Amino acid sequence: MASFQYLLSAIPQILTAKILFLMIGGVGIGLVIGALPGMSATMGVALFLPLTYWMTPSESLVFLGSLYMAAIYGGSFSAILLRTPGTPSNIGTTFDGYPMAKQGKGWQAILIATYSSLYGGLFGMICFLIFAPMLARIALRFGPPEYFWLGIFGLTVISSLSRGNTLKGFIGGFIGMMISFVGVAPIGGNVRFTFGSSHLISGFGLIPALVGLFCIPEVINMVIQRGQKQLFIEAKVEKGTALRIFVEVMKKQLDLIRASIIGFIIGVLPGAGGNIANLVSYSEAMRASKHPEKFGTGVAEGVIATETSNNATVGGGFVPLMTLGVPGTPVDAILYGALLIQGLRPGAELFTTRADVVYTFIVGVIAATLIMVPIGLLFGKGMTKVVYKIPIHVLVPVILLLTMIGSYCVQNNISDVYTMLILGVLGYILRRFGFEAGPITLGLILGPIAETGFTQGLLMGRKLDYPWTVFFIRPISWVLIVLSVLFLLWPLIRKQSPSVGGVKQ
Amino acid sequence: MKKAVLLMCLTIFVFSTFFAANFPTKPITYVVCFDPGGESDITARIQQPYLEKILGVPIVITYKAGGGGATGWSELVNRATPDGYSIYGTNLPHIILQPIQGGVPYKTEQIENIYFFQTTPCTLVVPIDSPIKTFEDFVKYASGKKSVLIGGSGQPSANSFATLRLAKVAKLNLTYVPFTGTGTAVPALLGGNVDALMTYSTVSVQYKDKLRTIAIATEQRVPFLPDVPTFRELGYDVVEKAFRGVAVPPGTPAEIKRILEAAFAEVNKNPEVRAKMEEIGFVMEDYNEEQSKELVARLIPYYKELWDETQKMGK
Repeated sequence: MASFQYLLSAIPQILTAKILFLMIGGVGIGLVIGALPGMSATMGVALFLPLTYWMTPSESLVFLGSLYMAAIYGGSFSAILLRTPGTPSNIGTTFDGYPMAKQGKGWQAILIATYSSLYGGLFGMICFLIFAPMLARIALRFGPPEYFWLGIFGLTVISSLSRGNTLKGFIGGFIGMMISFVGVAPIGGNVRFTFGSSHLISGFGLIPALVGLFCIPEVINMVIQRGQKQLFIEAKVEKGTALRIFVEVMKKQLDLIRASIIGFIIGVLPGAGGNIANLVSYSEAMRASKHPEKFGTGVAEGVIATETSNNATVGGGFVPLMTLGVPGTPVDAILYGALLIQGLRPGAELFTTRADVVYTFIVGVIAATLIMVPIGLLFGKGMTKVVYKIPIHVLVPVILLLTMIGSYCVQNNISDVYTMLILGVLGYILRRFGFEAGPITLGLILGPIAETGFTQGLLMGRKLDYPWTVFFIRPISWVLIVLSVLFLLWPLIRKQSPSVGGVKQ
Repeated sequence: MKKAVLLMCLTIFVFSTFFAANFPTKPITYVVCFDPGGESDITARIQQPYLEKILGVPIVITYKAGGGGATGWSELVNRATPDGYSIYGTNLPHIILQPIQGGVPYKTEQIENIYFFQTTPCTLVVPIDSPIKTFEDFVKYASGKKSVLIGGSGQPSANSFATLRLAKVAKLNLTYVPFTGTGTAVPALLGGNVDALMTYSTVSVQYKDKLRTIAIATEQRVPFLPDVPTFRELGYDVVEKAFRGVAVPPGTPAEIKRILEAAFAEVNKNPEVRAKMEEIGFVMEDYNEEQSKELVARLIPYYKELWDETQKMGK
């Protein structure tokens, strides 16, 4: 148990005034960045990377790690209060968090998100400590054919994300995939569907698309319902709510563990992150639920599922980064650069040669996850109060301004603001016709993963007599195929056994 | 009329010398056209403090990622102000290949490179525990196979062209599998999804304990990989690399370009900078503005030919 010893010796390391200050600073910055629509965790870490050049490696990693963890959690605030995922990892939180807020339970939703994030964050980091070397080897076996099937499997989640009308859900997913094809092809580099416009070369960015698809339709709705003065029903919050909700959330161990495991595993896979994890976890929570029809109307389980899983991806993503030196998520790619600039090479030998750095980092991020709770609650309470009090005619321009700044900041590019606005209007029209934003974004996220895996897989197949068979001869592919088929047929399976759905009136 | 022209020339002259004498007086923005943390970013970060010392103003590094650099370079030629206060990192063969492929709103000739400071040569690597120990082993392994899978970053790219070239001169059946970057290519090799990688010297150095470099596509051996033979030594004429440099918006006054060019030259010749860059796996180069222009002009027909070949292969 050499690692345990290292772990213990790292604790005094993080108790220095400087590290504590960096942790609190990282958490604070992360919360604000996460809560701003359009500013993702990736952006936040990139933005503050230069600050760390003057820090020691441990200080730098603890600061960036805290910022990362807090940004993913902070994204739930805007998801709950504004129906805008603060980061791509909070998409699913809008489904139940926002209805809760509208019913006057915004503060409760934020409490649920906070405790779930804490749970998921700690779970992910602890799993990282225990399973890292073993899982890193399995993650490597995930090749192009597996990513293709992962994309397909992800799409089957649509069948549960689209309430009521599965067909419309799949059409929505298809629309999302079509949007993802615009711009430079991920493989091969051809320029497609840009219609000669230079604005479309880099395609539709995920973050501007998210902001557009989720937030703009809501803003349009607010404008249409001009008569209304306030968006939310003001509800009195009783004393002791924070503790009561904590107990309630902790009682849902099954939901918490399921979401944590999903988040952690998806985080381990290079190239997949919180953006997929939160949707898969949401769909699984619904599948496991006794009352799936209530999902989307403001149930706690929905928020628990997404907010637990996205914070669990953080620890998952560190697995390939710290053991293989291979970044698992975009944020990890930036952390990789940060380590290189510090003169350290991420990889398994870092655990032995620079154990001090690695374990200070791990303990630091765990501590930051704990610190995140009081700071987050303070911040969340303030934000809830402000949003609840603002009349709609003030809220609308403020949100619009925020979305535009957020979209612009992604790449300092005005094209992204156009993307956001155009997709926003499109999203509004589609929503009127019953096409929800969830399946569309899922298509947008999974399109490139499935496409890249497919093209690379076909090239890999050139080694074989029948190139196509490459997709059907690998064990992990089989698992994913079986899962996809099973989940696709789930609504039918469920219908044929009424006992599964509980007693129905 | 003549007087007016003369007067105008004089004003421009006075103005530009005045300009030059006072350049730079405010922070210079150094735009990296890729995501933070990548090779271009690390390069700019290493240069930053030295540039600041020489030019006497802060150097602010910002990012404009997208389209494999195309988003940033479109801005460079179409929207950036040509006053020397915004400079952009550029890469070869990217700025040659993207216009050949089409769909980007800039032409290679519009990009005024003022310095190319380093290259990352292509290297052929296999996992460290692979039975392939040398390039001869690789040829033996590949001969007569239906296909051998070579992963790499991007297509068309220096990696894809080096693979194409190697397949041709060594008469091997190589299939190039493009990945979105080294971040996904390296795990593909480690997980056995491809047989080898045609990657860059930076990867060879940074993953020294996991990957074995069996050949490098340079004219001569490089100091940080002294035991790795060049393809030429082995009898195969494969020389392929990616260049990294810096450009200013079209129309930037010559005097300002001189100042920036001199600053980059001084930074690049600094032994500290050279040591830091070589440690990560960059090969240092020095092409001033004139030489950069010649380099690009020389490479344009070369890459056009390779691009045509790739197109034929696809059919």
